[in-house]
Amino acid sequence: MSAFLFYLFATLTLGSALLVVLNRNAVSAAMSLFLAFIGMAGLFVLLEAYFLALLQVMVYAGAVVVIFVFIVMLLDVDKLPRQRLDKLSKVAATLAFALMVTGVFWLFNKEQFTAPALPAEATGAVLKTYGRQLFTTYLLPMQVTGFLLLSAMIGVIVISKKSALAATEETQ
Amino acid sequence: MTIPLNAYLIVAGLLFAIGFYGVLLRRNTLVIYMCLELMLNASTLALVAFSRFNGTADGNTFVFFIITVAAAEVAVGLAIIVQLFRQRQTVQVEELNALRN
Repeated sequence: MSAFLFYLFATLTLGSALLVVLNRNAVSAAMSLFLAFIGMAGLFVLLEAYFLALLQVMVYAGAVVVIFVFIVMLLDVDKLPRQRLDKLSKVAATLAFALMVTGVFWLFNKEQFTAPALPAEATGAVLKTYGRQLFTTYLLPMQVTGFLLLSAMIGVIVISKKSALAATEETQ
Repeated sequence: MTIPLNAYLIVAGLLFAIGFYGVLLRRNTLVIYMCLELMLNASTLALVAFSRFNGTADGNTFVFFIITVAAAEVAVGLAIIVQLFRQRQTVQVEELNALRN
């Protein structure tokens, strides 16, 4: 059963990821990205990381994809003139992709590891484990992340504001 | 649990390769950014898989931080793209060649 689910979610993730790359329409690409993130959440569930699966759906499939779709709509990128890619870059990109795929199979097709049973504190109260770890072992990274979010917020506001020069040009 | 670690690593590697392919192939900055997100997610999947097969939950806590940083990164990146569009009226990378001499 878990093997079937694994293949289902892996196919969903990889197929949608390919669609993101190959779709000409930016909105369809964003929707495929959504499906890919859902597939990733399924893989997280199979790996018994339930909280991360929840976060994946909420943060990535929810917030990130919505922001992407929002920006695509705002900029109306599909109406912009597009340039054809020259043949050489196309061939080079495909070659690099093929090289990476062969590398992946060559690397990971050797010995097989099986999973050990998770310790009780990792499987039992999942959220409790996260909370305890975040506020004891990983307290400093937690605070640094909070500061990072604050600086990102300030940065976005500064970037998005029209510069004073542009504002004066517009009024003239 | 019947799925071996290598199966997850192959999925993560393939996802990374697909994202890489997209970054090389596409010319729209927004789609390139989406493919970058795919690559970041591939590394996340590998980290979760390693954490599970290591038998601890510490890797999962790191993934929690990675997701937070990625969300901040998306917000800043998209703000930069919007600002770029305001100034240059384009998001195609071929036309953003101000540094080329």
